[in-house]
Amino acid sequence: MYAQMVDTGVKAVKGLAEMSPEEQAFQARIEADVKIEPKEWMPEAYRKTLIRQISQHAHSEIVGMLPEGNWITRAPTLKRKAILMAKVQDEGGHGLYLYSAAETLGVSRDQMVEDLHAGRAKYSSIFNYPTLTWADIGTIGWLVDGAAIMNQIPLCRCSYGPYARAMVRICKEESFHQRQGYDIVMTLARGNDEQRAMAQDSLNRWWWPSLMMFGPPDAESVHSAQSAAWKIKILSNDDLRQRFVDQTVPQADYLELTIPDPDLKWNAERGHYDFGAIDWNEFHNVIKGDGPCNRDRMRARVSAWENGAWVREAAIAHAQKRATRDAAIAA
Amino acid sequence: MKNEWPLWEIFIRSQHGLAHRHVGSLHAPDEEMAIKNARDVYTRRNEGVSIWAVRSADVVASAPGDKEPLFEPANSKIYRHPTFFPMPDEVKHL
Repeated sequence: MYAQMVDTGVKAVKGLAEMSPEEQAFQARIEADVKIEPKEWMPEAYRKTLIRQISQHAHSEIVGMLPEGNWITRAPTLKRKAILMAKVQDEGGHGLYLYSAAETLGVSRDQMVEDLHAGRAKYSSIFNYPTLTWADIGTIGWLVDGAAIMNQIPLCRCSYGPYARAMVRICKEESFHQRQGYDIVMTLARGNDEQRAMAQDSLNRWWWPSLMMFGPPDAESVHSAQSAAWKIKILSNDDLRQRFVDQTVPQADYLELTIPDPDLKWNAERGHYDFGAIDWNEFHNVIKGDGPCNRDRMRARVSAWENGAWVREAAIAHAQKRATRDAAIAA
Repeated sequence: MKNEWPLWEIFIRSQHGLAHRHVGSLHAPDEEMAIKNARDVYTRRNEGVSIWAVRSADVVASAPGDKEPLFEPANSKIYRHPTFFPMPDEVKHL
């Protein structure tokens, strides 16, 4: 769901009869919950889909450092500043684990970065929204990381070994992210009128984009069906979104904050919350590049990459110089 | 886009651990940066007290396709385990 609407390159999910012997053997291993490891045979479409999914997930982590990094210099206390820095560091680390997992599939880091900068690779829609107040830092931790956890826990069981293991490591670190966010919102919600208003305003702006993180309903999506068959998508978008709403509403109620959805209502028959219609036009516009911050995010990423080139090149030149010198001494 | 930093595999031994465990990989231009980066990325939560960094290109791995011939023969040699030999209760220190 950090990787939304991943294209599998497939027009229809193959039945067993339509598969080659290798594909059948591969599918049998997936059904048996045997992990697929690098260097093992896999259908080309599986490999390509995973590269797209994992790299988009990685790009999301790195781009996600930007909206939160925006408030490091303006955190209200030293403690909050240190905690926010730790969270942003973690996101960088998560990007690393995911890029590493993608690289096991035969794509290079440079290639993935180039695809991101050229607009060929996407990242999660949520990071195209601005952090306008300190309260947004709390709301992001609470809702955005909360949504991420919803998606990432099932992915710990996905079929591709390196991706599943990266998810395990990420999940361990992600819980602190959500709790520090809720902690911030809780402090504001229990504060003075101005603080409460800031928290409510933040929730009003981030609620619907957070629901959109899970992606559009995938009942008709052949890509979702194929990814589910390959066990790289474990639960449906709607399923995850419903669980997220069910778990988050009581958290907002506890703080006496109002979720900005007049249609939100507990449905005793279903055992779930009913909620209002999502504006999918907004989602598609943001994905297309017309969200509030898309251009800013890309400018920041491209500039960081280009301005850092001299550091990367100097490090390699230094390493090569030392290696040559050491070889000369040894000779 | 050329001259990518080489890839390294990182192994950490925990405070109470007996062996280094593989924890992940990273790119670094040389050994010193590999250790520094590994410390930054893989030891933020007291994961360990010792870091090994190995160039990924130097890691030799068994082929997944060789699993059967390599590891199947051990399955039938259960006498390598002490539990294969029940001992009389009266006899101590065995």
